[in-house]
Amino acid sequence: MLEKALKGSKAYWIWIFALLGIITLGFGFYLKQLDFGLGITGMNRDVTWGFYIAQFTFLVGVAASAVMLVIPYYLHNYKAFGKITIMGEFLAISSVIMCILFIIADLGQPMRLLNVLLYPTPHSMLFWDMIVLSGYLVINLVVGWNVLDAERNSVPPAKWLKPLIYLSVPWAISIHTVTAFLYCGLPGRGFWLTAVLAPRFLASAFAGGPAFLIILCLLVRKVTNFDPGKEQIQTLAKVVVYGSCANMFFFLCEVFVAMYSQIPEHMDHLQYLFFGLHGHGVLVPWMWTAMVLIVSGIILLLIPAARQNESVLAVACVFTFVGIWIDKGMGMVAGGFVPNPLHEVNEYFPTFPEVMIAVAVYATGFLVLTMLYKVFVGVKEEVAG
Amino acid sequence: MENNRRSFLKFAGVSVLGLGSLSLLDGLTSDDVIASSGQTSAEATYKKTANALTAKRWGMVIDTKKLSGKICRKMEKACHQIHNVPHHENKKHEIKWIWEAHYKHVFPGKQDEFLEERLKELPIPVLCNHCANPPCVQACPTQATFQREDGIVLMDFHRCIGCRFCMAACPYGSRSFNFRDPREAIAHENEKFPTRMKGVVEKCNFCAERLAVGKQPACVEASKGALVFGDLADPNSEVRQLLKENYAIRRKQNLGSNPSVYYLV
Repeated sequence: MLEKALKGSKAYWIWIFALLGIITLGFGFYLKQLDFGLGITGMNRDVTWGFYIAQFTFLVGVAASAVMLVIPYYLHNYKAFGKITIMGEFLAISSVIMCILFIIADLGQPMRLLNVLLYPTPHSMLFWDMIVLSGYLVINLVVGWNVLDAERNSVPPAKWLKPLIYLSVPWAISIHTVTAFLYCGLPGRGFWLTAVLAPRFLASAFAGGPAFLIILCLLVRKVTNFDPGKEQIQTLAKVVVYGSCANMFFFLCEVFVAMYSQIPEHMDHLQYLFFGLHGHGVLVPWMWTAMVLIVSGIILLLIPAARQNESVLAVACVFTFVGIWIDKGMGMVAGGFVPNPLHEVNEYFPTFPEVMIAVAVYATGFLVLTMLYKVFVGVKEEVAG
Repeated sequence: MENNRRSFLKFAGVSVLGLGSLSLLDGLTSDDVIASSGQTSAEATYKKTANALTAKRWGMVIDTKKLSGKICRKMEKACHQIHNVPHHENKKHEIKWIWEAHYKHVFPGKQDEFLEERLKELPIPVLCNHCANPPCVQACPTQATFQREDGIVLMDFHRCIGCRFCMAACPYGSRSFNFRDPREAIAHENEKFPTRMKGVVEKCNFCAERLAVGKQPACVEASKGALVFGDLADPNSEVRQLLKENYAIRRKQNLGSNPSVYYLV
């Protein structure tokens, strides 16, 4: 089937080469980072994780959100999703690949990455994260590819896939839970030290991931002959609004606990993110933008007439996706590190090389996604024809 | 059990400190010393000489009444010189093993509006707490940071992958990361101690390399008596005597990491 990714229109190849160009450019910056060290990023002694780890966290969520298609289709026999479940699984594959690349980009000594396997350490959450992420990648590759292949041959998917599909449901939950455990098990970081972190991660993932998938569906309909379907898109929109409301609910629970208890270790980080602390507040405008975008997205999606208008829906999905991206990809990580353990405020903001490396990782993800979707649409067209 | 037995035997082997007669175990003791010096990789400790200082759980007592800015800077200089700690102009890339901070930063949970005048502006040294229950060791995915039997938390600079999980885990900000090549920023290299490379984490090692040759930690030597170093497990040690007679506090005691550095205030 892979050969389908190698045949395409002029526009397809322009897009592919544009992505390759961005990847090459970003790789140049990465070589600079390898040579100089992580000092070319905005990270510092106090904010030791930044843009890379934040993107990793955000994308684990996008990957996990494939389960929002798998559950209705395979567990509730919601037939409409049969048409697009593979799109979710392929999105998960490219997201996990980006996650792995972001982890590698963040390592001070990437050549020693395999030390994690060489000295397996079950008491480290990073060890488990490696296991669940690689497992999730394999499950989605095997399931997505084989189901598509069966569809191409007009036969039902092999029976042995069923247990694997069922396994993918708790596995999807596990990847984002373990990712939350990286943060919420650390004793001295009040911002993350909350049991609601994993649930909130999942809720924001189930909003942001499907929102992105809706945008992809609309794009696929526009640039190919395959239509993911109006009903499918509308059902996804309801998933987005449920996820987004749950995310805001968990967020407000967090805000209440921190602000009402007034325990400084928990309150100061929120204070820093939304109002600034001791005169420092580089993320304040970002956080408020995120809140406005997420809330506007919810309002647009809650109104049936607005949701059913696909142009408005597209806007609502962009709002939701970008809002959650800022909240998780900018605020969540840096916010946990400011103020530092000595209660000093040293801020973080990504540098240009850092952003370029991140853009290149995203380009790699889009390259994988484009090729996978090309195969997917190719099969759909073939079967239809 | 094994750990307890081994550390007990080591403890018993410290005949230089004259810790009673445990003649029954003498035979086993020498075996144990050989076994520990033959350990490799992350288990490796500095090769001990006959006059090595040993303990069951190393700890430190810092007497803030004997502190001054001058002493603090002397300690910092001694430590950083001996351990080839680089001095980067850019604060973002700063590496520090021991440094001075004010009370409100050392003990952020114990901020007090009506704090004793003396403490308000007093420079207080902060360093790795060598916690008995270290969150950094729990977080490290490669065991590059590990706890020795005598309680010292060490780094294997050759195993560290530079993920900085330990830095997120440390509740005291005691760890530094080499954001760039440290070797360019070392004024006078001490050839007896390894330099590090970019991309790895480092921190105070309680001068494990000095203890192995019978010397007290460099900061303790430079402290003019403000810092006392010893065995927290030995009720007769000087540190235990100090803790018996004075009220001491530790940084963020409520977190359960059980720091081995005490402050007399």
